[in-house]
Amino acid sequence: MNKMVKPPRAPSLYAKREPVFNKRIDGKFRRIKWAIMALCLAVYWVTPWLRWDRGPYAPTQAVLIDLAHRRFYMFGIEIWPHEFYFVAGLLIMAGIGLFLVTSAVGRAWCGYACPQTVWTDLFQHVDRLIDGDRNARMRLYKAPWGTAKIARRLAKWSIYLAISFATGGAWIFYFADAPTLQHQFWTGSADPVAYGTVAVLTATTFILGGFMREQVCIYMCPWPRIQTAMLDEKSLIVTYKDWRGEARGSLKKAKANPGQFGDCIDCNQCVAVCPTGIDIREGPQVGCITCALCIDACDRVMDEIGRPRGLIDYATLEDSEAEKAGQPPTRHLKLIWRPRTLLYLAAWSAIGFTLLFLLGTRVHTGLTVSKDRNPPYILMKGGAVRNAYTLRLRNMQGRPRDMEIALQGLPGAVMWTEDTARDSAARRIVRTVAPDATQGLRVYVTAPAGSAAHDFAFHLQAIGEAGEADTANTTFDTP
Amino acid sequence: MSEKHPKGRLDEATQTETVGHEWDGIEELNTPLPRWWLWTFYACIAFSLVYCVAYPAWPMLTRATEGTLGWSSRGDLDKDLKATATARAHTVAALADMPIEQLPAHPELMRAAVAGGAAAFRINCVQCHGAGAAGSKGFPNLNDDDWLWGGDLKTIETTLIHGIRQPGDEATRQSIMPNFGADGLLTPEQIADVTSYVLTLSGKEKRSAASQRGTQLFADNCAVCHGPAGKGSRQFGAPDLTDAIWLDGAAREDVIAQINRPHMGVMPAWGTRLDPVTIKMLAAYVHSLGGGEKFAALPDGQAPKEAEAR
Repeated sequence: MNKMVKPPRAPSLYAKREPVFNKRIDGKFRRIKWAIMALCLAVYWVTPWLRWDRGPYAPTQAVLIDLAHRRFYMFGIEIWPHEFYFVAGLLIMAGIGLFLVTSAVGRAWCGYACPQTVWTDLFQHVDRLIDGDRNARMRLYKAPWGTAKIARRLAKWSIYLAISFATGGAWIFYFADAPTLQHQFWTGSADPVAYGTVAVLTATTFILGGFMREQVCIYMCPWPRIQTAMLDEKSLIVTYKDWRGEARGSLKKAKANPGQFGDCIDCNQCVAVCPTGIDIREGPQVGCITCALCIDACDRVMDEIGRPRGLIDYATLEDSEAEKAGQPPTRHLKLIWRPRTLLYLAAWSAIGFTLLFLLGTRVHTGLTVSKDRNPPYILMKGGAVRNAYTLRLRNMQGRPRDMEIALQGLPGAVMWTEDTARDSAARRIVRTVAPDATQGLRVYVTAPAGSAAHDFAFHLQAIGEAGEADTANTTFDTP
Repeated sequence: MSEKHPKGRLDEATQTETVGHEWDGIEELNTPLPRWWLWTFYACIAFSLVYCVAYPAWPMLTRATEGTLGWSSRGDLDKDLKATATARAHTVAALADMPIEQLPAHPELMRAAVAGGAAAFRINCVQCHGAGAAGSKGFPNLNDDDWLWGGDLKTIETTLIHGIRQPGDEATRQSIMPNFGADGLLTPEQIADVTSYVLTLSGKEKRSAASQRGTQLFADNCAVCHGPAGKGSRQFGAPDLTDAIWLDGAAREDVIAQINRPHMGVMPAWGTRLDPVTIKMLAAYVHSLGGGEKFAALPDGQAPKEAEAR
């Protein structure tokens, strides 16, 4: 009979978040992070305010997603809804671009450019500004609630809120003329959707950047899981070289027992600076966003104690093994250029060039036709047969243009429109189409008595513009 | 097979407790959920409680609870309809003030009228004239250029207001073709002869002895309404017999049947059923179907410009 074993303490169903107090660090990668953060934030906040002259009929905002009028403007490019494949192409490029970056340099997107990372980083700097560095913040976290703590928390959260409001507020300027909308926003005359959007995005920035932070990456974001599949033993990731570092021991111990300890002095600096609060020495893990701040921290310590840098380093798993076996490290550039990354690059640039080619050769004139099916044909008094069509003329340029519609085929047939008299019927019609607009046109086509059913086409030609033409095929029905 | 393990066994690799079940060697870790997830769950419960009070939620015997906000989908629709009516008020008022003959000079209004007429047509007219306004045997096709009572805007409007053969409306379109056969006005042989003559008018039959005999019969009995040449008369709504369009059928037996006991179409006097603006819109729509007469001339054959989407 076994002795009665005391049952272990019942585990909690819900895990409390372990707060992260990441220490300030300076170094090569921290500077890269600063630069990328500045660039991302500048692009985000400045872009809607850039102007671009498109003439009197189009908006002057350089980048504008005009949902109300279904147009997308990006500097000299204007996309119509039927050209949405350009946007689809860009999204595919973004996807393949991420694959490319991930297979070459690991989770660089996560570590440097992801909005969650950029804003979390920004908010952690606010923490440092108000509450001080790691130790001060830990002390304040453990301190009981008092006047000083409440004051600091309120100050910090106010700054969070201000940043969040600026973030949520800037978003709406991509969807309407920024100066106008800003004026409307402050005078209370903007659309309720604008206020709602700002409120929601302010709240999400405040919560996700201020409080959720690394939990978004670990629990919510699907991308780390997908990236796990993208990484292989040839991908550059932040690696702790355990063969060099182990066994860990303090400097003192190492001096006392030469040859028994590795380079890692167990100073915990790599853990202290980590924005997601992990220990890189445990190996690759989902919490690591490869921001490389631990490399900065470790290199600094290695310099101080006079050991070679790179105990924690960007390295591939394969290379790490090779180094362990005593071979020299492979150069990073060589690691990046390999068949897999080149293949991604080829696919990425092929799509890019195709899109550019299509953009350069697209025609700014369009014609679609839809034939009336009820009734399919009409017999006229004199025995002639009439069919009706609804045409749509498209003028994709920012000026009114004269366009000529002509019948191609169907000998003897003439046409007129809904709002003109039958005796004005001819084989050509000229219309002026408003700038950046489509125009519907109901057309009646009459063929002489005895005509047979026939395939024919409407041909649209912008007058005086060679190449700016379109043809729409249709049929002519008879009794 | 599922096997029970003592609960709380620690998994070696992860140092996490297991839930105590094993399926063919596969065990489940008892990984705790993050605390924020719990808060999200509580927030959802709180939201649902507020929602159930504020919005219609609980089904009762006859209807659901109304909710303190008083929202209903029917009320939403009402609001939308009112907003549409307000948005259209200006156009409707302008249409009410404008005589229909002047409509073509105002392309914006004309377009609005045609669009409104198309909608009203779907409700009031398709039962007889068909969804494509193409009619059927006995019911006129409104797409063609053959008009019994006239095809300009004003005339179409008048026909709509007063209807066709409507008792009680003094201005209704009125005419009667006698039952030549059924009432014994003509013998079957005479009807055959006059049919032959009528069918030569549009070239459907060649001249024959019968049609020669029918010539005089036509002049005596039919020409008073259909005209000496069979061209018809809009005063009586008498069809043109020389054209390609046959309302009641183009076959010989159709024509005989029509002389024997004529089918005469009727249409309600819409003036008593619809408001004047709707009738104007209907007239504009029918006129726009491709057979309309008396269009206002536009300079250079240019139609008014239409800009959509901006």
